[in-house]
Amino acid sequence: MKRVTEKTFSQSFSIVGREFFDAGKVSTEIKTMLKELGVDAGIIRRIAIAMYEAEMNVVMYATEATVTLELSPKAIRIVVDDRGPGIPDVELAMQEGYSTATTEMREMGFGAGMGLPNIKKNADHFRIDSVVGKGTRLEISISMN
Amino acid sequence: MKPDFRSIRIDTERCTGRMKCLRICPTQALRVRNAKAKLLSDRCIDCGECVRVCPNHAFVPQTSSFSDFSGFKYTIALPSPVFYSQFGKDVKPSAILSALKTVGFDDAYDVACASESVSIAIQEYLEANGTPRPLISPFCPTIVRLIQVRYPNLLDNLIPIESPMEIAAREAKRAKMHELGLKENEIGAIYLSPCPSKMIALKNPPRKKHSFLDGVMPIADVYPNMMRALSHSDHTNGKSEIRGLGLGWPIVGGQVASLKAEESIAIAGLTDVMRVFDEIENGKLKDIQYIECHSCPTACVGGSLTVENPYIARGRVLRMVEKYGQEPCQDRQKIRDLYQKNFFSLVGRIAPSPVQPLDEDLSRGIQKMHRRQQTYELLPKIDCGACGAPSCMTFAEDVVKGEAEADECVFLAMKSFESMSTNLLDVVGKHSKKIRGNIAS
Repeated sequence: MKRVTEKTFSQSFSIVGREFFDAGKVSTEIKTMLKELGVDAGIIRRIAIAMYEAEMNVVMYATEATVTLELSPKAIRIVVDDRGPGIPDVELAMQEGYSTATTEMREMGFGAGMGLPNIKKNADHFRIDSVVGKGTRLEISISMN
Repeated sequence: MKPDFRSIRIDTERCTGRMKCLRICPTQALRVRNAKAKLLSDRCIDCGECVRVCPNHAFVPQTSSFSDFSGFKYTIALPSPVFYSQFGKDVKPSAILSALKTVGFDDAYDVACASESVSIAIQEYLEANGTPRPLISPFCPTIVRLIQVRYPNLLDNLIPIESPMEIAAREAKRAKMHELGLKENEIGAIYLSPCPSKMIALKNPPRKKHSFLDGVMPIADVYPNMMRALSHSDHTNGKSEIRGLGLGWPIVGGQVASLKAEESIAIAGLTDVMRVFDEIENGKLKDIQYIECHSCPTACVGGSLTVENPYIARGRVLRMVEKYGQEPCQDRQKIRDLYQKNFFSLVGRIAPSPVQPLDEDLSRGIQKMHRRQQTYELLPKIDCGACGAPSCMTFAEDVVKGEAEADECVFLAMKSFESMSTNLLDVVGKHSKKIRGNIAS
């Protein structure tokens, strides 16, 4: 008889663009799950910061996004797939301090231009693919040890 | 391992399983099993919500009573500044303090003045230390415990400054040792507390240090005798020797008002506190210098061991601050010098105390999380609590951990009844048709 064991856990979340009321919710939900698993506090902090930045990017610029979380004993993998304007020059967006945030966003404390570099800094693996007019797909993973 | 001291114990004789505690507990630390409440100690943060809500008073605060102090040669009462707000309008704080000497204590020592010193010390600390930001006030033991249990990343944000009650206890004892020639252990310092969580400072201080306190008594326990003592004369006229902004500490914003830190905020109530802590963990609020945090929504005047309506008490505190708050009780320069001599410093780290994970082994934990989600999907998701767990998600977790059976959910049980009775009806239907058919022919 074949024994089925689930080595990974995956769950999807959705983020709605311009919905500031819920901003940060997905990040908090993922963080709570990692705490329930007893994951190291330092890893949780990195995930929290990276996920929050990614979530804010969707809320500020995109129409909507699907977040897929995959947990395995080795790593945490997160894919944020959004439907939105896309990034014309990814290299430029990856530079610290570069931002296209509006004055309104800046007044709310967002868009200091640290978003993408900050996500990369906190992740072990980082990959970004963007198509102008379609959307951006961000993939990060952080090793469990 | 010996479990940590918790400031609340359940009296199972009194518990009749009414489940009100289950719904109110902010950290899902309660279950009801066989009609009795059960405390999951690793999740409890000593907030006292259960003490407040239980109609049968089954949650017993683990505080002290007079009989605990019979071994001391001399006793000093240290009333929380909340105490000053519990008696009629305009009763002077100094009159309340001296009345304490007639209700069973040898002496009474003001804590509000120590709060003012601590405010000055916080300010010095903020000016000397640029990181981390924001710094968090460590004076509500429930907040410290919440951070230990749920936000270990924020432990370094707790400001390492001693609490006013400890400073006051130390100073009161030193003065009396000198004056009466007594040893420290011959003097009992008793804090009159608005909440049970202050007991943690005595029994299980997070930094594992010596406490100068010898007991924590509920304000409500001293209240009746105080009412009698205060009714004898007029205590409302004249100046109060007790003064300073420390009087404002028991209300939301009281600490912030006593500081000169520009970017400070005050938060009260665990829901809002947790929301702000999540934001800090996400890397936000770095421009805030100091956060005053209270577990109780109305801060200390709303503690579970107080008597007066918290809003009335708050009004009285504001009036006291207006009347007696503007003139300081401490010499600022003197306190700054003491700060430099580490008079207020706390040493040692606070260890995290995380909730027991789904499983000690990460890979098994992940499997359990998967099964928890599968179980959760079968549940009605209305958090009715009839199973004895506070929510469908916690119930699913209990099932996966083997602490509950899935059919303890009334909805799941009903579903299986339904399918069983459908089968039964099928069988009955088939047979009766056959039998009736036989008769008709």
